[in-house]
Amino acid sequence: MAQLVAEQLSEHGPSGGHGHAQDPEHAQNPYLAHHFDTPRHQFEAGKLGIWIFLITEILFFGGLFCAYAIYRSLHPEVFIYAHYYLDTFWGAVNTGVLILSSLTAAWAVRNAQLGQRQMLIFNIVATVILACCFLCVKYVEYSHKFHERTLPGRYFNPEHEVWELPSYQKAHAHAAGHTAAALESHGEAAAPQAEPVPPGTPPALGGAEVKQAPPGAPVRPRNVGVFFSIYFCMTGLHGIHVVAGIITWLWILRKTLRGEFGPSNFGAVDYAALYWHLVDLIWIYLFPLLYLIH
Amino acid sequence: MSDHKHAGNGSPESGDEQRGGHDTELAHVTPVRLLLTIWGALMVLTVMTVGVTLVDFGGQTNFVIAMAIATVKAGLVATYFMHLRWDRPFHTLIFLGSLLFVSLFISMTLLDKSEYEGSIQEMYLKKGQ
Repeated sequence: MAQLVAEQLSEHGPSGGHGHAQDPEHAQNPYLAHHFDTPRHQFEAGKLGIWIFLITEILFFGGLFCAYAIYRSLHPEVFIYAHYYLDTFWGAVNTGVLILSSLTAAWAVRNAQLGQRQMLIFNIVATVILACCFLCVKYVEYSHKFHERTLPGRYFNPEHEVWELPSYQKAHAHAAGHTAAALESHGEAAAPQAEPVPPGTPPALGGAEVKQAPPGAPVRPRNVGVFFSIYFCMTGLHGIHVVAGIITWLWILRKTLRGEFGPSNFGAVDYAALYWHLVDLIWIYLFPLLYLIH
Repeated sequence: MSDHKHAGNGSPESGDEQRGGHDTELAHVTPVRLLLTIWGALMVLTVMTVGVTLVDFGGQTNFVIAMAIATVKAGLVATYFMHLRWDRPFHTLIFLGSLLFVSLFISMTLLDKSEYEGSIQEMYLKKGQ
């Protein structure tokens, strides 16, 4: 279309006012917008734009990281207690999936730059599939949390006490009495703020039997639900970004199938990949912060 | 650097796009071998960060190690996958600038974190918990 416009404009003659209509750069490159002089001009402007967007994203997530920092520094015992409810295995799998998708995204940029259409399509599709895998794992994790009722704030009412969890038992297999020491060794101490679970309290839905804590089992600190508020906010916001990434990649795929990308026009692939790497980068921090609390 | 490649070289499908002419070399093309190396390093670091949790270093050391590994990973992603190494330094500058402001935000807020702890404890005392 831009080409058509360029042709129409050029009918006004070479001396006609606006100048760039006769510019061979614009006449030959349908993907060079008329307000940019050269493909480089267009590419650099887009690149600066996407970087500024990424900066706002970092600041946006900064608020949640701040909430995390405040609550963890005030109540480390809550984080130690709550992290047994997360499955490190799935967190690690998702980390691997996202890192692999970052590789395919970076490779896609290379393919676009070199005009390798088949490989570009392959890498975009791979990125989308990996992003969907990430969301599937997230679905498994979230539904498990809903079933277990390890939910945010006052809705935290778990089906299982912490000592019943495999992750807890594994960590404390050879030192049953080590438990209390482990919790207390992390500063502020569980003891004064702890709220012992009354033995008569029904643990959860339909839990008729009274669970007797084994000796040395940690008492549940107050407000464990806040950890899950932070967990769901951080992973949820990240998940929304993954969904947005999938939509972006599908849009890039559509443009690829139309044959829009090549050595002088690969900006959109590059920008999408930069966004995708940022999503990966945030997960790189979320994984140890949420799953690998020691 | 020897691994610089000119965009468009040796690609059979690029002819059509190259009509634009001289300005095809818009950005550095990352070699496949480098991409795979970075990916391998990221995977190794991920395994490392999980493995490190099995050892108790005491105090805050585990947390510091986990964050250090995460930062190395983030650095690799930003430097190579995000092209910052070959990009305009200005992009690195604003990227690091945003991290600076996030850390200012968090550390300034942390300075103030215990401001209301007294009244919170009082509230729990009143509620008898």
